[in-house]
Amino acid sequence: MQTEGRAWRFADNLDTDGIIPARYLNTSDPQELAAHCMEDADPGFASGVAPGDVVVAGANCGCGSSREHAPIALKAAGVGAVIAPTFARIFFRNAFNIGLPILECPEAVAGIEAGDRVRVDFDRGTIQNLTTGREYAARPIPPFMRKIIECGGLINYVRERLEGGSIT
Amino acid sequence: MPMTVTEKILARHAGKEEVRPGELVNVVCDVVLGNDITAPLAIAEFERTGAGRVFDKSRVLLVPDHFVPNKDIKSAEQAKILRDFARRQELTYRWDVGTMGVEHCLLPEQGLVGPGDLVIGADSHTCTYGGLGAFATGVGSTDLAAAMALGETWLKVPESVKFIYHGAIGPWTGGKDLILHTIGVIGVDGALYQAMEFTGEAVCGLSVEGRLTMANMAVEAGAKNGIVAPDETTRRWVEGRHQRPVAFLASDPDAVYARVYEFDVSGLEPQVAFPHLPSNVRPVSRALDVRIDQAVIGSCTNGRIEDLRLAARVLAGRKVHPDVRLIVIPGTPAVYRQALDEGLTAVFLDAGAAVSTPTCGPCLGGYMGILAKGERSVATTNRNFVGRMGHPESEVYLANPAVAAASAVCGRLADPREVVKDAD
Ligand code: SF4
Repeated sequence: MQTEGRAWRFADNLDTDGIIPARYLNTSDPQELAAHCMEDADPGFASGVAPGDVVVAGANCGCGSSREHAPIALKAAGVGAVIAPTFARIFFRNAFNIGLPILECPEAVAGIEAGDRVRVDFDRGTIQNLTTGREYAARPIPPFMRKIIECGGLINYVRERLEGGSIT
Repeated sequence: MPMTVTEKILARHAGKEEVRPGELVNVVCDVVLGNDITAPLAIAEFERTGAGRVFDKSRVLLVPDHFVPNKDIKSAEQAKILRDFARRQELTYRWDVGTMGVEHCLLPEQGLVGPGDLVIGADSHTCTYGGLGAFATGVGSTDLAAAMALGETWLKVPESVKFIYHGAIGPWTGGKDLILHTIGVIGVDGALYQAMEFTGEAVCGLSVEGRLTMANMAVEAGAKNGIVAPDETTRRWVEGRHQRPVAFLASDPDAVYARVYEFDVSGLEPQVAFPHLPSNVRPVSRALDVRIDQAVIGSCTNGRIEDLRLAARVLAGRKVHPDVRLIVIPGTPAVYRQALDEGLTAVFLDAGAAVSTPTCGPCLGGYMGILAKGERSVATTNRNFVGRMGHPESEVYLANPAVAAASAVCGRLADPREVVKDAD
């Protein structure tokens, strides 16, 4: 499992209001949420982001409310991975549960600029900055967690496991 | 590799020899829990999984306690979703008005959670069961739905932080005061994402009730779980009560901690958390000039028999101040019954208190004691956020049951030693 794209940089404490402002929470349609993703944090994000792009944020990423809309908006916008030194606990759970891969790696965050090309290999836990040629090691995502992401989230994962028997 | 008690429980439930902080693990759950607020959402998600049946009828525990007895039509509809599901799934344990208690009082009391267990619950105070030496943590409704279907969940192994309490605490103090004192020092994010492990002679000297109170408020310091390694006190509590095999695990002497705090709590006096954060803590002697309108004794923090005994000792032969409403809410029907048998209920009624059937009620500003604008309540609950018990301009002061009772008598925040002169 891999993703490759442009890096979008954000500061420490990127909160869930920054990711999807509360005024858009009257919908849970992923595409509508994606259209307003990061609107207050980076107005050019929603129109500029391409499938596979990588969000590189500062510490305590996803802090604030427990809304699942935040990772849903990022995923629907095409974001292939979020990398940060640390994540807020509920955002961390919500992201995996809706199928958005996230990685903790302070070194990569320090070594990636906005616009760099980045490739992430989730099986090996490697983050490559193709622009600078540097490679960083994050903790690989264990197979059962990759499966949750591949299934598109926890509920689909449960459904597949119950239908197909064992998949781990 | 040396491990903490938290890591050992996670390793066992992940089927691994060892786990390390930061590792993502798939674990089997001994028990999964939901309530009348979180279960309806989880039930809807559960239906989407196509599972049909829950993984184990005796391990899915759904407790309608927050707005039950039904407070209004909306909450009645929510609770009905839980009730219908529990009936349809033929769950082994079904509680309702008359048998239901505040979930985190009920489960330990009925022996459904115990040492070495792994418990997830769609309620942030699920961490309470750490007081018995279980790993227990709060999750979201989607997590609960998946766990109801599979009996498994995923967790990130937390770093552990060790808290050592030296010395003997003062009179009228207990687990509530130790945990308030701790949160006052480390702050509401002082143990973010981490396991709080409580040790030292002051904790060893606590009853299981007191330990449940401590672990209950671990989440108020941002922790993933709180835990007291089980000992002889725990063993006596679970014997004849716990329904499944238990595991008495302890941290290895050379286990690795992110931080270690040592507190000298000799003679610690009762603590009070001022609005609007559980970390806004002062000793009661520096809190005596706050007039109050209401006192609430109960909740998953302090709704156990030991708590009611403490309150009754202060209230015996005394009257609630004419300007104060005192509401006593036993945590479970068994606590209610025992309070009756021990004569505690008579003490409360004689003092002029109202004694309610078990419910979360006012703790989360649900019903049964909502505050008006500008009103203040002392409460044995765990959160004093803005508007937690009613109007956004009302205030909640967190304290132990003895302080709440003494304050009800005095009409202002009071030290139990002011009221009961012959205290030990
Ligand atoms: S008593 Fe209060 S804190 Fe405890 S479960 Fe009920 S609402 Fe939550």
